[in-house]
Amino acid sequence: MAARPSSWSILTDPLIRQNPVTLQILGLCSALAVTTSVATALTMSAALTAVLVLSAALISMIRNHIPGSIRLIVQIVIVASLVIVIDQLLQAYLFDISQRLSVFVSLITTNCLVLGRTESFSRHNPPGRAMLDALGNGLGYSLALLVIGSIRELFGTGAWLGWQVLPTVDQGGWFTPLSLMLLAPSGFFLLGGLVWALRSVLPEQAEDPELLPPDRPEDIA
Amino acid sequence: MADLNPLTAWRRLLALPNESRTKTLVMAFLVSVICALAVSGATVILRPIQAANRAAEQQARLEALVAGIPGMSELLASAGGTLTTVVIDLKRGRAAGEVTPATLAAALQDSGNWTALSPAQDLAGLGQRPDFAQIYLLRGEGDALSLVLLPVSGAGYNGPIDAIVALRADMNTIAGLAITGQSETPGLGGRVEEPAWLAQFPGTPVADAGGTVRFAVARGPAGSEYEVDGITGATRTSNAMTQIMRFWLGPDGYGPFLTAVRRGEF
Repeated sequence: MAARPSSWSILTDPLIRQNPVTLQILGLCSALAVTTSVATALTMSAALTAVLVLSAALISMIRNHIPGSIRLIVQIVIVASLVIVIDQLLQAYLFDISQRLSVFVSLITTNCLVLGRTESFSRHNPPGRAMLDALGNGLGYSLALLVIGSIRELFGTGAWLGWQVLPTVDQGGWFTPLSLMLLAPSGFFLLGGLVWALRSVLPEQAEDPELLPPDRPEDIA
Repeated sequence: MADLNPLTAWRRLLALPNESRTKTLVMAFLVSVICALAVSGATVILRPIQAANRAAEQQARLEALVAGIPGMSELLASAGGTLTTVVIDLKRGRAAGEVTPATLAAALQDSGNWTALSPAQDLAGLGQRPDFAQIYLLRGEGDALSLVLLPVSGAGYNGPIDAIVALRADMNTIAGLAITGQSETPGLGGRVEEPAWLAQFPGTPVADAGGTVRFAVARGPAGSEYEVDGITGATRTSNAMTQIMRFWLGPDGYGPFLTAVRRGEF
């Protein structure tokens, strides 16, 4: 490794420059499913960030003693246990929201973002840096979810975080809610749009040409 | 020579190369034990709170059901706003003395408290029926029974359908229906939850003068006073609702209890 990145850049890089959702395209399943409203998106983000930080801390603490042959199993067991504990806490203290998040909290276990960070970063770094990196990635995920969730809730119901921003026709206003925004396809559209917009503003995020499929014959020749 | 001091044994274990078989096995074992403790600890400690949450949700659904029945919210307010909960013995049709709402779950773990249903009896596709059921009574002025809420369930198209039927004091007129759980196809069978469809139930009689349950979800628009409109594109779900109502309000369901109420035993 060349110069060790500073703590600040470990924390802030994943927010936009290395955003796990828009750049690395990780953790999409949940990102698309829970963004129908800002409240569920925020709860899911908080749950994922908590799991990410705790699993990074635990795995980083025992990193020198994880046998290589079973390292993925050890990581998944730790992540899965944390997810169950958090799911139980949600069911106990945030019952309504846990009903709306349904299976997606349990699916944090299989969120490639979590395993990706523990496998690539926590296993090689001390707990403090691993937790910072996890927190940064959790916040980056939260940011992407917040943006998509805000757009979907605003145009799907005319509200933001439960506050009626655009008066809907039902309530005597002028805004007709776009119910497409509350369905899964709009999640894909918005995420695609978001990735496109980010890569237009920050051209270094675009993939290298050799990673693109050779759909033009002159590229192969 | 075996060293029995646990601290040195622990140090020796940590000093082993990561790839050694002993260390792999011990690490796998330790990680699973610690994780198992964390998971079971969280589940056991938080279970009472979660159970209370679920009970509160069911109570809220019940109150929403009662509040949605015309005239019942005033009655609820005058009756103190609470429902009484009673466990009844379905076979005998009277209150089960030895089983209370608190011990019902334990009683239903015992297979002796279930009755197997023959295919002819098993309209709702249940296979077996518990002998005890928890029902809710609402009393108006003079302690007269004004409403009973009966939980019902049965096999739908994609999975079980759970509902609560409210019957008026004559034990024959539906006062309302609330679906408490279903997994029918969204947009088709899932429309059983829609208020517009459920709004047809209040006022529908269940049985004719002879006591035969005639209630049905029609195919298409309702054809008689005992019918409600069917749901287009959801014939199986509509039929399931018919069968659930016929089973639970019939002789193998709450029939004996309803007869007892009509005799004035409650």
